[in-house]
Amino acid sequence: MSDLLEVQALGKMYSKQRGWFGRQHITALENISFTLAEGKTLAVVGETGSGKSTLAKLLVGIEKPDSGHILLAGKPVQISHYKKYNHVIRFIFQDAGRSLNPSQKIGQMLEDVLCFSTVLDQQQRRVKIGQTLKLLGLLDEHAEYYPHMFSGGQLQRVALARALILDPKLLILDEALTALDPTLRAQIVNLLLELQQKSGLAYLLISNQLRLVRHISDSILVLHQGHAVDYGTTAAVFAAPAHEYTRKLINSSGV
Amino acid sequence: MLLLDIKNLTIELETADGLVRAVDRVSLSLREGETRGLVGESGSGKSLIAKAIVGVLNRRWQVTADRFHWLGKDLLRLSSEQRRQIIGRDIAMIYQEPSRSLDPTAVIGEQLEEAIPDHLLNGPWWRRRALRRKKAIGLLHKVGVREHQRVLQSYPYQLSEGICQKVMIAMAIAKNPKLLIADEPTTALESTTQAQLFRLLASFNQLKGMSVLLISHELESVARYTQKLSVLYCGQLVEAGETRQLLHAPLHPYTDALIKSVPEFQPDLAAKTPLYALPGSIPTLQHVPIGCRLGPRCPNARKECVKTPALERQQNHYFSCHFPLTTKGS
Repeated sequence: MSDLLEVQALGKMYSKQRGWFGRQHITALENISFTLAEGKTLAVVGETGSGKSTLAKLLVGIEKPDSGHILLAGKPVQISHYKKYNHVIRFIFQDAGRSLNPSQKIGQMLEDVLCFSTVLDQQQRRVKIGQTLKLLGLLDEHAEYYPHMFSGGQLQRVALARALILDPKLLILDEALTALDPTLRAQIVNLLLELQQKSGLAYLLISNQLRLVRHISDSILVLHQGHAVDYGTTAAVFAAPAHEYTRKLINSSGV
Repeated sequence: MLLLDIKNLTIELETADGLVRAVDRVSLSLREGETRGLVGESGSGKSLIAKAIVGVLNRRWQVTADRFHWLGKDLLRLSSEQRRQIIGRDIAMIYQEPSRSLDPTAVIGEQLEEAIPDHLLNGPWWRRRALRRKKAIGLLHKVGVREHQRVLQSYPYQLSEGICQKVMIAMAIAKNPKLLIADEPTTALESTTQAQLFRLLASFNQLKGMSVLLISHELESVARYTQKLSVLYCGQLVEAGETRQLLHAPLHPYTDALIKSVPEFQPDLAAKTPLYALPGSIPTLQHVPIGCRLGPRCPNARKECVKTPALERQQNHYFSCHFPLTTKGS
């Protein structure tokens, strides 16, 4: 079986004007390779500026890579053709409350997603929205709500609904669990684990919380200044970190 | 000696729908040289309590308490000037997002020098300027910033969040306070910087005997650096006591749920198994349940829970629950 997502030697460079003629190049990512199978979770950890978010942006096609390939189910793809691939890979932002349109009802927001990316008619769309809300433990009435009427945990569910309504294969969570309160976080983690078991969803979890990462991820990729310094199954990396930086990270969080 | 002694602190907000009680009869005490953690979810009133202590709540909030003593003086009965004098001398506070609470239009050096009180500079007036600068550099070194020249000349936006927070701590310790209130000091930081900051706070506590009130929603980090712990839920104090004892044998179902929901405290838990989670979500302040506010979410709630349980005591362990968990596992 070929893996769901394979990334080969991905690289990204940003350049910025320096003086009149010179340009300064900043390497955000260099030579990143990993694979992610169906129903598995890959955690990406690293400090700010290590290229975590750049990696996420490359995978959803917000940015184009300078080198390397992204393979979906064994076939190389141009991910920035988002019309074609945005139902395969979905992205969840850090702060659900700020990434939802405050002047739009939840149902309208979900319908927009379906309008843009599917060929369903109105009746089918309504059924689909109902199904998705139910899957995430929300009620049909919630479609008539505005984002400010939800609590923090429910908002995160709404954000999940927007991501899951297209039945993606891979979900990218960019620090989506960090800002939640502990009991809410436990609820959302349980929900994610349940969805993974039920539908074989794969997650790419970008997080700084190593304890959580250790609990829910199958493999882990440690980034440091744009380089992958450690990559392997979670248990192996935690038992024997290969790089000095990983060791420091693990010590500092006291796992 | 008791530094801070608060009994039955109630904070209410007047709204169009009547009084909303955001903090409901919370007691809190702090000894000299003690580190106490204040843990609770968002909206549980942690920050309100901190703001009430330093007196920066605006007039819409009504603060009442049976006892609100700082070193034996009742702060609520002093005039606001006297109160400000005492607080300005003894209590310092650091805030959640350092880059937002620093002045964006002034360089760090200016802001840091402003925070140094005159009585700590002993020298003739014409040397004050130089002494102030020297002291500011010394403070930066104390909080672990080595490149003081660059930092002093920078504006807050030019520095990383971690450095900004260190500058905030430097400003807070400039007047040698007796109590430092840290309101979620590490939410904006990365894990390696977080550990550094907690160690920094711990070292000030040990070297100078400075008391620290550490406010956070992350039980795991607070537990590692504090001696005592108070747990809040929705404006009510649910449990307080020695950190170690509290983690080992929680008496309140909420504390129990909080501990169980953190993978770190469950070393035996297999990877990818569901975590323990309370059903439901935190109620909004307009619709809090009567009696014990955990009621609707509590796994062992019964009829009696519609009455607010009184704070009971078992040696040094306080809890407010009608049906405390007696032994672990039962």
